[in-house]
Amino acid sequence: MLTIPRAWREKPQRYLFKGGKCKDCGFVTYPARKVCPKCHSENIETVDLPREGKIITYTIVYSAPEGFGDFSPYPLAIVELTNGARLMLQIVDTDLDKVQIGEKVNVVFRRLLVEGNAGIIIYGPKATVVEDK
Amino acid sequence: MREVAVVGTGVTQFGYLWEKSWRDLAVESSLEAIKNSGVDKIDSIYVANFTGGTFVEQEHMAAIVADYLGLLHIPATRVEDACASSAVALRHAYMEVAGGFSDAVLVTGVEKMTDVVTSQGVYSLAMAADREFEGYQGVTFPALFALVARKYMNDFGATREQLASVAVKNHKNASKNPKAQFHNIITIEDVINASMIADPLGLFDCSPMTDGAASVVLMPLEKAKKLTNAAKPIKISGIAQATDTIALAQRESFTSFRATIEAGKKAYEMAGKGPEDIDVTEVHDCFTIAEICAIEDLGFFEKGKGAQATADGLTAIDGKLPVNPSGGLKGKGHPVGATGIAQIANLADQLRGEAGELQVKDPKVALAHNLGGSGATVVVTILEVV
Amino acid sequence: MVGIAGYGCYVPKRRIKVEEIAAQWGEDGEVMKKNLLVREKTVPAKDEDSVTIAYEAARNALKRAEIDPKEIGAVYIGSESKPYAVKPSATIVADALDITPEAHVADYEFACKAGSETVFVVYGLVKAGEIKYGLGIGSDTSQGAPKDPLEYTAAAGGAAFIMGNDNVLAEVIATYSYTTDTPDFWRRDGQPYPTHTGPFTGKPAYFHHVINSAKKVMEIAGVTPKDITYCVFHQPNGAFPLRASKMLGFTKEQFEPGWVAPYIGNTYSGCSLLGLASVLDVAKAGDTILVTSFGSGAGSDSFIFKVTDRLEKVRNNAPLLKDYAERKKYINYATYAFLRGKIKMREG
Ligand SMILES: [Zn+2]
Repeated sequence: MLTIPRAWREKPQRYLFKGGKCKDCGFVTYPARKVCPKCHSENIETVDLPREGKIITYTIVYSAPEGFGDFSPYPLAIVELTNGARLMLQIVDTDLDKVQIGEKVNVVFRRLLVEGNAGIIIYGPKATVVEDK
Repeated sequence: MREVAVVGTGVTQFGYLWEKSWRDLAVESSLEAIKNSGVDKIDSIYVANFTGGTFVEQEHMAAIVADYLGLLHIPATRVEDACASSAVALRHAYMEVAGGFSDAVLVTGVEKMTDVVTSQGVYSLAMAADREFEGYQGVTFPALFALVARKYMNDFGATREQLASVAVKNHKNASKNPKAQFHNIITIEDVINASMIADPLGLFDCSPMTDGAASVVLMPLEKAKKLTNAAKPIKISGIAQATDTIALAQRESFTSFRATIEAGKKAYEMAGKGPEDIDVTEVHDCFTIAEICAIEDLGFFEKGKGAQATADGLTAIDGKLPVNPSGGLKGKGHPVGATGIAQIANLADQLRGEAGELQVKDPKVALAHNLGGSGATVVVTILEVV
Repeated sequence: MVGIAGYGCYVPKRRIKVEEIAAQWGEDGEVMKKNLLVREKTVPAKDEDSVTIAYEAARNALKRAEIDPKEIGAVYIGSESKPYAVKPSATIVADALDITPEAHVADYEFACKAGSETVFVVYGLVKAGEIKYGLGIGSDTSQGAPKDPLEYTAAAGGAAFIMGNDNVLAEVIATYSYTTDTPDFWRRDGQPYPTHTGPFTGKPAYFHHVINSAKKVMEIAGVTPKDITYCVFHQPNGAFPLRASKMLGFTKEQFEPGWVAPYIGNTYSGCSLLGLASVLDVAKAGDTILVTSFGSGAGSDSFIFKVTDRLEKVRNNAPLLKDYAERKKYINYATYAFLRGKIKMREG
C-alpha cells in the first residue's frame, strides 16, 4: 500500500523522535497527543525525547509478518526512556541473549519498512542494547 | 428496559475449511441459530468480522449476510473491534432488544482466515495493534502477548510449564468438542518443545488461524419464555465493555489487563453477581498467558496465582472453576470475528445441560470474556439459567 | 579561521574475516591478508544503508560541534551506494537532524572521493561567507562482486565533518585537488557491482593522483613530511596507502593512527574521512594532519589541518572510531551473502 504520505507526515516522530509533554502533570508520551492521557489537560508541549532508556519487557519474534521476514528472529521491547516515556522498539545489533529486562538501550536511526524493490524506504527509531566496555 | 435472553444458537465446524467461503459459513451458523430460536421473523442483524478487507478482500459484509439469508430490507450492521468484534456486536444487539427497538436480533460473527498464507495472516492480524507505533516496529500478536508473558514470568516467577498447562487443558477439552479445530491431546513437553513463535511463546502457546462462524438470536426474555418450539432461553444478566490503550507500551501494567478488570466489574455489578458465583467460564485464551491473566483479572484467582492454579488442575472441566470447557480459542480454534459469539453459544449449551462430553456439573451462572487486540477492547457477559 | 567544528564517525557492528571469504572461494586466506593488508571488514545490517550510517556519523559530529543544527547552511553526502538512484539521501539526513529547511542540500558522487569532496565544498562555502556551518558526509555500504578481489575489502561505514569559521577543533591550512579522466574503476547505471581494471588501478590511477595531490598541498602549505604529525590516504586496501606513505617519506608513527582499512575495510566514500576521524581521536593541539583522498575516475583531494586546543575538550562528546571498531560480531559467508542481498529471496 502507498505509505508515502503517511510516512512523510510522521517525520516529527520518526525522524526527530519528538514526543509530547503535559505542561500540567509532566506526563510524557510518544508520539505527542492532543490530550494528556493522565490528567486530560490539552496543555501539551512538543519535546525532544531522550535517546537512552531501559527494557521493561521483551520478546524475540520468530514468526514475522510480511515485510519483516529479513529480520527474524528479531527482538522487540517495551522501552522506558529516561524521562519516563514508554514505547515499542525493535532491538538491533544485539545478541539475543543480551536482550534482558532492565538492560540499558540507546535509540538508533534505521530502516523500518521498505516497499518492495521500487517503493519508498521508511526510516525511524529502533534501539540497541548498550554494551559493557 | 427489557430483560434479554439468548434463544437460538448456531456454530459451524471450526478449522481449515477449504471448501467453504466466509459467506457460506455466516449463512450456515445464522440459519442454525434462527431455526433453533423458533422465531419466524428477524428484525435486525449484526455481523461481526475483524478483517475481511485483508483476509478475503470484502468489507460491507452485513448487507451480504442479510441478502444471502433472504432477509433483505431489515437493518444489517457490521461491527469491528478486532478479536472482540462479536461480543461488541452482542452488546449492541442486547441494547437494541433491551431498548425495545427490536424483538428478534440475529448476531453472527464470522472470520475466514485460511485463504492467505501465514505471513499475510500475521500482517493482517497485526492491524489490531497500533499500526504506526507498533506495526512499523514489526509487532505481531504473539509478540504482544509474549511481552506480557515475559513480564509475568519475571514478576511472579511463573514457568513455561505452568503456561503450557493452559494449552494442555484446552486441547484435552477440545478433543471432546466435535466442532473444535484440534482433537489431539498434547503434553507439557509438546508445548515446551514446539517451535518458537515469539519467545517465550511457542506454537502451542498460540491459538491457530481458523475459519468459522457463530450466531445467536436475542429476544426479550418475556417473549422468549412464550416460544414453545424453541431452545430454553438463557438470560443475559450482565454485559459490559471497556477499553484500554491500543499500544501496549502505554499501559499502566503489563501483567494485568485493565479493560478486563473494568468490564468484569461492571458486568458483575449489572448481574448482581461476583466471581464466586460463576460456575463455568469461557475466557479469551488467544495465547496461554492471556487465559492466566483473564482468570486473575476477572477475580477467580489472586494476581500471580493463575498459572499455578491452572497447573494444579483447578480450571479443568471437573475443577473448582471450569475454564474454557469448549477447548477455548487454543483448542477449539479462533476465527477472530466469531469467537465472542461462539463463547456465548458454548455457554448457553452448558447452562442448558446440553454440552455433551464437555458438560460441567450443573452450572447456573456462566461468564464469557472476549478480548480485542492486546486488550484495548474487552467485553464481559454474564449468562444465567432462567 | 575556517576549519572542522565537529566530526563524527560510524561503522556497523558486523564483521567478516578475510579468511572466511577466502575459504568460500578456495583461496588462501593468509596470503590474501598479507597481500591486501586487511584482516576483516564491516558489514551493514539489513536495516542499515548509507543514509542511516550518514545519520549516525553526523549526529556524532553535531555532538562535538555543540551548535544548533539550524545554523548549518549546507548538507552534502558523498556515496556510491545511494538507497535511491534518484532522490537525494542528504534530504533524509538533513531533515532527521532538524537542519532543514534553510539549507543547501545535495548528494555527491565521485567514486571513493565523494566524501572528501563534500568537505571540500562546504569548506569553500564557509570560507566564502555563504554559510556559517556546513556538513559534509562520506558514507557507503560498498559493493563488491562475489569472488572479485574487491569482495575482500568493500565495507560499510561513514564519517561526517561540520566545517565552520569559529571555534574549530582543527584549522584548514591548505587544500588542493588533482584530477584527470582515468577510468580505473566504475559502475555502469543499473549494474549491481563495480568493474575495475586490476593493476591499472595502481600506478596510473591511485598512486599518480595521490602522490601528486599530497606533494602539491604540502608545497602550498610550505611544509615537508617531517612537519606533518599524521598522514591519511584513501585506503582501497591496507597496502596501497602504506606504499603511498613510504613513497612520500612518512614514518609508521605518522601513518598508522589513520590506517583503518586493516580492521574496517574499504568504506569507499567514507574511507579517507574515517582515517581522518581516527587521527582526530588521538591528535593533540598543534598537531598537523595531511589527508589525501582518492576517487576512481580519477582524482585526489588534499587537506592539511592544524589541530586546536578545542579538540580535546569535545572529543569525548561522541564515540571514537575505536569504540565502534571494538564493538563487533563476526558473521559467516552465508550470513554475509544474505545481508548484502547476494541471496535471492522471495518477495514479501
Ligand atoms: Zn497531564
